[in-house]
Amino acid sequence: MNALNLSRDAAGILLLTDANGASHKVNMVVRAYPISAPDDGVSLLGIDGHELAWIANLQALSEGNRSLINNELAQREFMPQISHIQAVSSYATPSTWTISTDRGDTELVLSSEDHIRHLAHNRLLITDALGISYLIADMASLSKHSRKILDRFL
Amino acid sequence: MPTVNSSPIALSPSLAAPWQTLLPQHLPHPSEILSSLEINLSRALHFQKTLLLLTAQGLSTLTEQGELSEFSYRSGLTLTQHDHAGVGTLTLADERKTLAVWRYTLSVDAAATAFIKQFALQLNAFLSNTPVVSASSAQCEKCGATLVNEQCPQCDNDIEVAPSTWTLFKLWRFARPYRWQLLSGFLLMLASTAATLVPPYLTMPLMDKVLIPYQNGAPIDTVTVSWLLGGLFASALLAWGLGWAKTYILALVSERIGADLRTETYEHLLKLSLEYFGGKRTGDLMSRIGSESDRICVFLSLHLLDFATDVLMILMTAAILISINPWLAVVTLLPLPIIAWMIHIVRDKLRTGFEKIDRVWSQVSNVLADTIPGIRVVKAFAQEDREASRFREANQHNLLVNDHINKIWSLFSPSVTLLTEIGLLVVWAFGIWLVSRDQITVGVLTAFLAYISRFYTRLDSMSRIVSVTQKAASGTKRIFDILDHVSSVPEPTHPVHLEKVAGRIDIRDAGFRYGNRSVIKGLNLNIEPGEMIGLVGHSGSGKSTLVNLMCRFYDVSEGSIELDGVNIRQLPIAEYRSNIGLVLQEPFLFFGSIAENIAYGKPDATRAEIVAAARAAHAHEFILRLSHGYDSLVGERGHGLSGGERQRISIARALLIDPRILILDEATASVDTETEKEIQKALDNLVQGRTTIAIAHRLSTLHKANRLVVLDRGEVVEVGNHDELMATQGAYYRLYMAQARNANPDLHAAHTNEVHA
Repeated sequence: MNALNLSRDAAGILLLTDANGASHKVNMVVRAYPISAPDDGVSLLGIDGHELAWIANLQALSEGNRSLINNELAQREFMPQISHIQAVSSYATPSTWTISTDRGDTELVLSSEDHIRHLAHNRLLITDALGISYLIADMASLSKHSRKILDRFL
Repeated sequence: MPTVNSSPIALSPSLAAPWQTLLPQHLPHPSEILSSLEINLSRALHFQKTLLLLTAQGLSTLTEQGELSEFSYRSGLTLTQHDHAGVGTLTLADERKTLAVWRYTLSVDAAATAFIKQFALQLNAFLSNTPVVSASSAQCEKCGATLVNEQCPQCDNDIEVAPSTWTLFKLWRFARPYRWQLLSGFLLMLASTAATLVPPYLTMPLMDKVLIPYQNGAPIDTVTVSWLLGGLFASALLAWGLGWAKTYILALVSERIGADLRTETYEHLLKLSLEYFGGKRTGDLMSRIGSESDRICVFLSLHLLDFATDVLMILMTAAILISINPWLAVVTLLPLPIIAWMIHIVRDKLRTGFEKIDRVWSQVSNVLADTIPGIRVVKAFAQEDREASRFREANQHNLLVNDHINKIWSLFSPSVTLLTEIGLLVVWAFGIWLVSRDQITVGVLTAFLAYISRFYTRLDSMSRIVSVTQKAASGTKRIFDILDHVSSVPEPTHPVHLEKVAGRIDIRDAGFRYGNRSVIKGLNLNIEPGEMIGLVGHSGSGKSTLVNLMCRFYDVSEGSIELDGVNIRQLPIAEYRSNIGLVLQEPFLFFGSIAENIAYGKPDATRAEIVAAARAAHAHEFILRLSHGYDSLVGERGHGLSGGERQRISIARALLIDPRILILDEATASVDTETEKEIQKALDNLVQGRTTIAIAHRLSTLHKANRLVVLDRGEVVEVGNHDELMATQGAYYRLYMAQARNANPDLHAAHTNEVHA
């Protein structure tokens, strides 16, 4: 793949300059596999929704490009990691969970057990009633109290 | 047996016995018979055999009564067959009128087809005065199909074994791997049962040596008492420990047997042909694999275990009682045969009842399985009330059947209890009489009473085994119905492996019928590697059936389909299908992520391969727009994705396995024109360099096809490219014009351009 030519314009919008010297505004930076392999495959989409560039591996990028991309991704991505489940309103759904995440304490509403998705390696993805996804990186590393609560929903 | 022989026969031994004697009587030169066909119905549709014979001069028929009629060859003579509702008809006609009609059941159908071919050959030979070139390939004597490895692909697969009534013993196949655990469990059971029988025995000395002497003024012997009480406690403790070990081991084993049963049934089910699934309902199959296997498991771990313990206990108790006092023992055991007889009577009544309950229960779940996937239709037509009442009806039926059973059942248990009470009464009376005669001590009588109160409560619980055994047996039968079902698409016994598949497909004289409806008849088609064939025809003309036959979802009932010159029946099924990419009208997505769905046919595909396939299928960009990209979950039927998006995912799925043969079954039928173009682009990527068979209702989508094959009622009526077929003004022309008329004028123009492009 050719080296990416990325820059930011005055308004802070990411610009991609192609081989012909034309620059394109990057509307979105998305990961192809945000959950199973975040660093494999990142796509830059233009304003019209078409793909401008494909990055096979984020680690292979130059330092500057990577930080630009990571910056862009950080603004878009919101997937708090649950570190502790303090309490739940009920064991029957819909249930309001009071949780601690890496982004602070919050509450989520679980509308159905179906919204807890099992991923590989003991990981869980919980989608709340508003569509926000919360990640539990490792079920086994939760506190005993949290595990006990979680177990009732699995 | 219907027989077709292509060489002259002199009273072939394969002809049935009556003909062997009848023929020489009626035919002056039996050696001139070139071919024969035995049909099995008379013109009035009675079962009656008639022999059709071909000689060099003409067609003769001979009935069992010895009536002979002859039709000599002349030009214009035709012999045709058709069938309706299971009855085939052969019609002999000339230009002006029908000369004769013969009827047969479909068991003779293939032979009749072969006979007609022979007839045409002989007629031709007679008219042109040239000798007949006899067919080279060996044919089955039964059905006339071409033999494969000297086996008839049709007849040798018709293995039907009726399920036996001793179905429960079939479970041994699954129990065998655990036989050592089972044996140790059984020994533990023996020991624990023995341990439970110790306490009543100890009541005897407790009564005779301690309590009664004390009543008569003697002091209580503390040592004896503590020994006896210690013995009681120890035996209770022992029984507890042994009982725990036995229950644990046997429950463990039975759970494993149940799991094996479930897995094997499911594995077997997946291997069955589509024909099987077509005739079964989802709810029924689900309940068989799910709840029936669970029921069997509970039966094994709980009921059978209890029953065996009970039988052991009764045997041991009987032995102890007889050793103490044979007369009292006989009186005590008297009600046993009566109860056994009652159990036997009720068993028969309950068995049919429980089978009925099972069927009713799957009816109830079938209503659910029908309605829930079709919920949109139900709501759209506002039929909720009707579905609810259908469910209520099924439930009502369930209640009725249950009520009937419960009537018998509820009478049964109290009767057993009554008998036990009467039994106790008899023992009391007889015991008191024996004590008064000083034949036994009070201690013996108490021991007897202690034993039989246990004994009879066991009898009561034993009687329950009747119902659970029947339930388990009917469950086993229903599971083994699946397990014993031989796939109508069997794996070859001598598989042939193709190193590299070129993709050449030859269909020879293929015939296929659903039940008694003939869908494909004598179809011949040769497809070159890399060629794209468009299948065209009215709905019901057999296009989808032909595709199903090519995928070997069904097997042809006549003729053969060959891949690179090898009959597909000789290829291992999974290996053969791995060469086929299938894109259906209604793409099916499984519950899972998009990446998993794309990689369905190749689970070890790398992420880069998945992305590449999605790009080629024009799916990459819309996937990236989803919140979790390739990791996004799609629901059971792909909820949340549009029809076109689902279709492109299924195209990516087909692309990923890089098949030599591609089958597109109305791939663009259910989407709008705009999406169709998008999909068409994806398909064009897919088609390149592969043998492609495409079915399309919209003829314009077949513009890339090398040849169009027009089917009508299961037969090929025209072959050629668009321009040729339009020029001949035949079936294709009519189809095309009909579509063009329906489309609005400017669309019509677009279509024409596209097709000519």
